[in-house]
Parts: sequence; C-alpha cells; structure tokens
Amino acid sequence: MKKYILTRAIKVVFTVWFVWSLIFLLTRFSGDPVEWIFADMDTTEAMINTLKESLGLDLPLWQQYVNSLTGLFKGDAGMSYFFSRPVTELFAERIGATVSLGAGALGLAVLIGVPMGILAAMKRGTAYDRACIGITVIGHTVPNFVLGILLIFLFALKLRMLPSGSTGTWKHYIMPMVTLAMGPLTAIARLTRTALLDVIGQDYLDCARAKGVDEKKVIFKHALRNALIPVVTVMAGQVNMLVGGAVIVENVFAWPGLGTLIIKGAQRRDFLVVQYGILMIVIFVSIVNFAVDLSYGSLDPRIRDSRDKN
Amino acid sequence: MDEILRVDNLKVYYYSAKRVVPAVDGVSFTLKKGEILGIVGESGCGKSTVVRGIIGLIDERYTRIEEGQVLMEGKNLVDLPPKELCRIRGKKISMIFQNPLSSLNPVYTIGSQIEEAILAHEKPSKSRLKERVLELLKLVHIPAPEMRYNDYPHQLSGGMQQRVLIAIALACNPQVIIADEPTTALDVTIQAQILELLRELNEKTGVGVIFITHNMGVVAEMCDEMMVMYGGVVVEKGKCEDVFAQPLHPYTRGLLAAIPSIKEDKEELFSIKGQVPVFAHPVTQCRFADRCSLCDDRCLKGEPPLSVLEGREVRCLKAGHSEEEEDHG
Repeated sequence: MKKYILTRAIKVVFTVWFVWSLIFLLTRFSGDPVEWIFADMDTTEAMINTLKESLGLDLPLWQQYVNSLTGLFKGDAGMSYFFSRPVTELFAERIGATVSLGAGALGLAVLIGVPMGILAAMKRGTAYDRACIGITVIGHTVPNFVLGILLIFLFALKLRMLPSGSTGTWKHYIMPMVTLAMGPLTAIARLTRTALLDVIGQDYLDCARAKGVDEKKVIFKHALRNALIPVVTVMAGQVNMLVGGAVIVENVFAWPGLGTLIIKGAQRRDFLVVQYGILMIVIFVSIVNFAVDLSYGSLDPRIRDSRDKN
Repeated sequence: MDEILRVDNLKVYYYSAKRVVPAVDGVSFTLKKGEILGIVGESGCGKSTVVRGIIGLIDERYTRIEEGQVLMEGKNLVDLPPKELCRIRGKKISMIFQNPLSSLNPVYTIGSQIEEAILAHEKPSKSRLKERVLELLKLVHIPAPEMRYNDYPHQLSGGMQQRVLIAIALACNPQVIIADEPTTALDVTIQAQILELLRELNEKTGVGVIFITHNMGVVAEMCDEMMVMYGGVVVEKGKCEDVFAQPLHPYTRGLLAAIPSIKEDKEELFSIKGQVPVFAHPVTQCRFADRCSLCDDRCLKGEPPLSVLEGREVRCLKAGHSEEEEDHG
C-alpha cells in the first residue's frame, strides 16, 4: 500500500509539472502581452523595451521558464500584468467564491443524485423510473452555459425572483449552483441506478435474506455499499467536469471567482494569471483523483489486496 | 421420527408476457427430524424453485405462489407477512447456496457476515457473539478461526467459502437446512469434504436437510429419502435404497443409467434424449412423454396421478400396476 501511494504521488507531481510546462509554452505562443497593454496608445520602441524588461519578457524563453519554475518553489508567482498586483493575492481574494460554489454544487449533486438513483432502481419500470431517466438525459445533454442562460431568462428576467449574477446573499448561489450541479447530478443519479440494478440480482442479497435480514437492511447495507463503489469512481470524473464547468458558469453569472479571473486573464494575455490559475486547477483535480483512488481501496477490499500484492 | 416440515401441494408459477410457466406444479413432501431428503432432476425441472418457494425467496415481480402450504410448527409460511417470514428464515430454516463466492458479500469480513446471521435473531453480548462465531468456524472445521475471522471472502478458497456459508446456515441452530447444489461449484476432492461435513453436522445436531443436486452419486451417499422431479412435478419418491435398487419411473431409470461406471468401458455415455421442455399451464399429458420410450396414447390423454406403489410414490402409468390403484395417489 505504501508503495502504491508513493508511485501514485510521483505520478501526480509529474502530471502537474507537465501540464504547467505545457501551459507555460502555450501562453508564450499566444501573443505579446505588451502589445495588448499598449493596444491603443502611441508607443516608442523604448517604452516597449522598458516594459518588457520590467515584466521579464525580454529574456530568452528558457530563462523565463527557469525563473518561473524557481519562483514556483519560492511561493512567488509573480505579478499580474494587468492588475500590477501579486498573482497569489488575486487568487486568495477569489478562491473562496469558487470553492463555495463548487462544493455546494457537488453536495447538491450527491445529495439529490444518489437518492434519485436509488429510488429509480427500487421502482424500476414504473413511471417514476422513466421520468428519472428522462430528466437525466436532459440534464446530461443540455450544456451548462445554455442552462445558465435559460435560468437567468426565466428566474431573473421574467419572474424577477433571483438575482442574475454576482454574489452577496444566499439567493445569489441558487442559479449558479443548480447550473453547475446539473451535469454531475444526473450522471450520479443514472450511475447509482444502473449500479444498484446490477447488484440487485446478486446471490449475496439472497443469502442475506435467507439469514433473516429484513429487506431494508438488505438494500442499504448489502446492495448499496457495493453499488456505490463505481459511483465513487465516477464522482472523481464529475469533480473534474465540475472544475471545467465552474470556469464557464462563473462567467455566465459574473461570479467573482477564479474561473472569471482565468478567462479574463487569457483575454488580456495576463500570462501568469492563466499559468498559475490552471496550475491550481491541475493540482486540485490531481488531488481529488488521488483521494478517490485511495478511498476506492477502502471501499472494496479486493482492490486493497491487489494493490498490496503489487 | 417427528415431522418438522410439511409441504402440501405447492405450486409456484412464473409469469411472463407470453405465458404462464408452472415451474412447480403441486409438490408435496414431509421432512422428519434428522432426515436428509434429496431432490434430484435436470436443470429446469423446478427443484430450486421448490425450496425458494418454501422460504419465500422468489422474485415477486414475475413469480407467484399459486397454491399450497408450507407448514412448520403449525404456521403456514406461504401466508406469513414479510416481517414474520424474516423471523423464520435463518432461525428455523436456513439455506446454503450453490456458488459460495457470489453468495458472500465481497465488502464485509466473513466474521461480520456470520455475526449478522446471529444478530438477525438474537442479541448476545459482544464477547459472547464473537465466541459464538469462533465456535461456528470451528464446527465447520475452518483452521485458525481467530485469523480467518477478519478475512474477506475473496481471501478464502472455494471450499472454505462454502464452509463459511454452512456456518452462517447453522448460526441459529435451525431445524431445517436447505442445501441448493452446495457442491456443484467446487472441485471433486472439496466436494467430498463438504458432503462429509454436512453429514457430520446432520448427525451431530439432528438438523433436517433438504439436499438439492443433479448428481445421483451424491444422493446415494448422502440421503435417506429421495424425490425425483421432472417438469415441475414429483415423478418418483421413496427411500434411497429402494429407488436405487429398483427405479419405477422411466425418468429415474434414465438418470441412473446416465451415471458413468468405472467398471464398464463405454465409448459413449448414456443420456436421455432431448431436454426438459418448458411447459405452459395447464399441462394435459405426462410431462415426460416426449422423451419416454414407453409412451403411448394413454400417456398423452392426461397427466398421470402420483400413485403409491411398493411403499413408494410414482407418477407413471407404465409402472406395472392396474388402473384402479392409481386413484389412491
């Protein structure tokens, strides 16, 4: 098990480094930030050179890369070109909004998706089951920016019940959270349903019934525990989707989080903001996947064993 | 010997969109204390459905108990509400399944799965509970029970898994154990050990056993009484030694002839031609007629009754007796 954790941890570090380097290169090839900053101004060669020098953009690419990498280890991400403030400070201001939105959406997806799937499986073939499948298909196929705009149109413009964007009260959370949760929620509901149906025909349920265990306990203790193993695996994928979705949903609802910052940063060629913003996403996603992988082992003793042997 | 279980005219039908299949069509038998009753027949003859009907382990979406009674201690199990049936299962009647690995929940330790069987009916103290589990593991001859207690099912061999299932079945000292092909999934040497264990426990505790198998050799070795089923009905029932010495029903004869013998050197083994047909309700001929070499017009006119002959019950018009006697069946 220790060996397994170690090899996985090394892989995580390697992944993070690789993605970070890739983003470094991609941003550098996306254009010249100085050009963007001076877009509408009359500039002299000297002004451009001074700015480039102060931003460190006059250095050869490999030198910039090394500087960036050493800065990373020192915890110094550099200054945003646009805000002229440390990137770390910008992130610190906005990370709370993003995390609360993401965690809320994930919580909503799990708390509604899992019971919805259980009910659909228990009442398979009924109208409720079919309605659930219908809803999950819609939830799964409608892109979140479309859903977001539809919700704004309905609840903010027509009914004037909810604020269309920004943050402040709990009401501000409702629409972005629902929009963001819809994809993972429906995926979790569908998977819970199929996984439970898979388990429901298993011999060990009959064995438990033959012991005299009552039906409720047969389902919740024996069936559900096994059905949730694949659900947890898929949850990791859903968290990844959620992070990607958050960037878009934040923009639709003008949510003052990291997603908005990264998109604006990309538009303004604010390299460091993009670079470190994506670095944070990569680290977060890697950690979540790592954690899910580990929990998978504790959920399923067969997997734990196969890891011990390797 | 005392009678502990009586099954009376049990009918279990499967319902599909197209037809009604009489999987079990009027089966009656009694089980006495300490007795081992063998139920034999090919796949699809209704032997598993009979015992599942007895303890109510049927899928109610497309299976229904049409008729009949399952009597135990004056209660009819067929009519019991689910909660009361739970009190019988595991406590009075328990079951051992065919496939030991898939019958144990992969995510719980075997210790906790045996405990569950006890806790479903009793509330012993924690230390007493563990003690009881270890006793059970010893009873079914699992070596080093202390160490095995925390093992997961996949860490045990097939034979050990089946022993755990037997321990679960014995957890509350039931009066009847139903063993549904308990050795089919095991290899031959392990089979013999499990059979010996079941016999030993039967002698030690006096538990009645309903033993389902398609292996005639196993029946000969294990059972006191045997019941041959075909197409959802009993075709022959009697003491094992009698049936083996002189089978009365052509189907029983076929089954016995199909046992390979070590003495004879045959090119090809005997088999009964064809396979068990799926019947639709109602059945109006002898169910074995299509595969029987003795079949004539009489056999196609109506289903022969189960009649008593030489201290045995047999369902065949050709079993060598006059028509008057048949009506007593």
